[in-house]
Amino acid sequence: MSTKIILDTRQFEITIQRLCHQLIEQHNRFTDSVIIGLQPRGIYLAQRIQNELQKILKLKNIHCGDLDITFYRDDFRKKELIPNRTNIDFIIEDKNVILVDDVLFTGRTIRAGLDAMQAFGRPKDVELLVLVDRRFSRHVPIQAKYVGITIDSIESQNVKVEWKETDGKDKITLLS
Amino acid sequence: MSHLSVNHLLGIKQITKQDIELILSTAQNFKEVINRPIKKVPSLRDITVANLFFENSTRTRLSFELAQKRLSADVINFSASNSSVKKGETLVDTVNNILAMKVDMVVMRHASPGAALFLAKRVKAKIINAGDGAHEHPTQALLDAFSMQEQLGDLKGKKVVIVGDILHSRVALSNIFCLQKLGVKVKVCGPLTLIPRYITSLGVEVEPNLRKALEWCDVANMLRIQLERQDIKYFPSLREYSMLYGLDKPMLDSLPKKIVVMHPGPINRGVEITSDVADSSQSIILDQVENGVAVRMAVLFLLAGRQND
Repeated sequence: MSTKIILDTRQFEITIQRLCHQLIEQHNRFTDSVIIGLQPRGIYLAQRIQNELQKILKLKNIHCGDLDITFYRDDFRKKELIPNRTNIDFIIEDKNVILVDDVLFTGRTIRAGLDAMQAFGRPKDVELLVLVDRRFSRHVPIQAKYVGITIDSIESQNVKVEWKETDGKDKITLLS
Repeated sequence: MSHLSVNHLLGIKQITKQDIELILSTAQNFKEVINRPIKKVPSLRDITVANLFFENSTRTRLSFELAQKRLSADVINFSASNSSVKKGETLVDTVNNILAMKVDMVVMRHASPGAALFLAKRVKAKIINAGDGAHEHPTQALLDAFSMQEQLGDLKGKKVVIVGDILHSRVALSNIFCLQKLGVKVKVCGPLTLIPRYITSLGVEVEPNLRKALEWCDVANMLRIQLERQDIKYFPSLREYSMLYGLDKPMLDSLPKKIVVMHPGPINRGVEITSDVADSSQSIILDQVENGVAVRMAVLFLLAGRQND
């Protein structure tokens, strides 16, 4: 198996900073905006973005929740699925929701996420933020508004995002 | 572990400790779902479930039906009293006729012990046992364990006493299997006529004195006297039973520690448990009912998600 580093720790940090500034450009002081990270891997990115935004804006009250989409997937029965925790302690009715995931691949997870979100209200609008966009591999018409890095990859390859909090180091690698 | 080791839920005896833990942790996620403003998820939208109740039931039947609907499954209900069973149709024929209408799962309650196993061997559908005679009632045991876990955390080393009509109770047997697999110490308490002679071979101790049993335990699971299953007299009178084995408030308050009081329902107030105990803060009877829906959702979800071997 060969591995190729897509983003190292330094580039990783710069990318997160850029995404945060793009968000601020659009959402100003986040009065009507909330962040929702998709379980299991999107929640680390969502929390990182929340922390960085609060540091930059000197705010303490940017809402960030975790959404599990297992019960909404369309590949139920095709593989074994383990549910994770959903933790959204705010209402998303009439809010601008920023949906966050680490890797955008087929788009099926995001489709399920849009379904799952409806149980918490009707948002004013929904935007998608991803760290890695594996373009040309979409199964459904879904595009991200904010993208960390776009890469070309084939289906048999794997993108691995590692986090300081859980894996000891921020890093993105392509495994093939 | 991300999947069950079985294709059917026939009893707790047939499943492993890992299965029980998987069901309980999945139920945790469903409990969050049923407390949302919109309580429905689309997981089982392509599944049809038949609820076959050859015996009376309120809680279990409603709980299963609600669990199925919250998972978006299609549901058909059947009760023996107004069906062709009265015209002499056999169980296998009845079920095969229902399955011919393309049903994927069957939830069944039947008066004969082993009815669910019998069916699982003969028909092509996933079977969930919702009570077979005095044998097993697996989902009740699972929701009891889930409710205990909510109160006490990890159950390993905890002490549970099951009080009442152990002889005729399927809840007792399933609870014993389930709790022992989770590392809980179990005692049973009741008139010796209502305790099966060989119960100690399951590793369960018998404590004929209610006060001693309650002083020992963390949780007391109070069972109903199943008069409908009793063909002979097992004790002189209900009044005497209630005096010796009924739990009342003065007894509960006089115990050295606060124990958790459970009851699988239906309650006979004033017999095995008095009203002020049933409605006290130590009783988690209604939590058990709420958790029943979450646990049954987990069982349906995990069984439906399993590809047939």
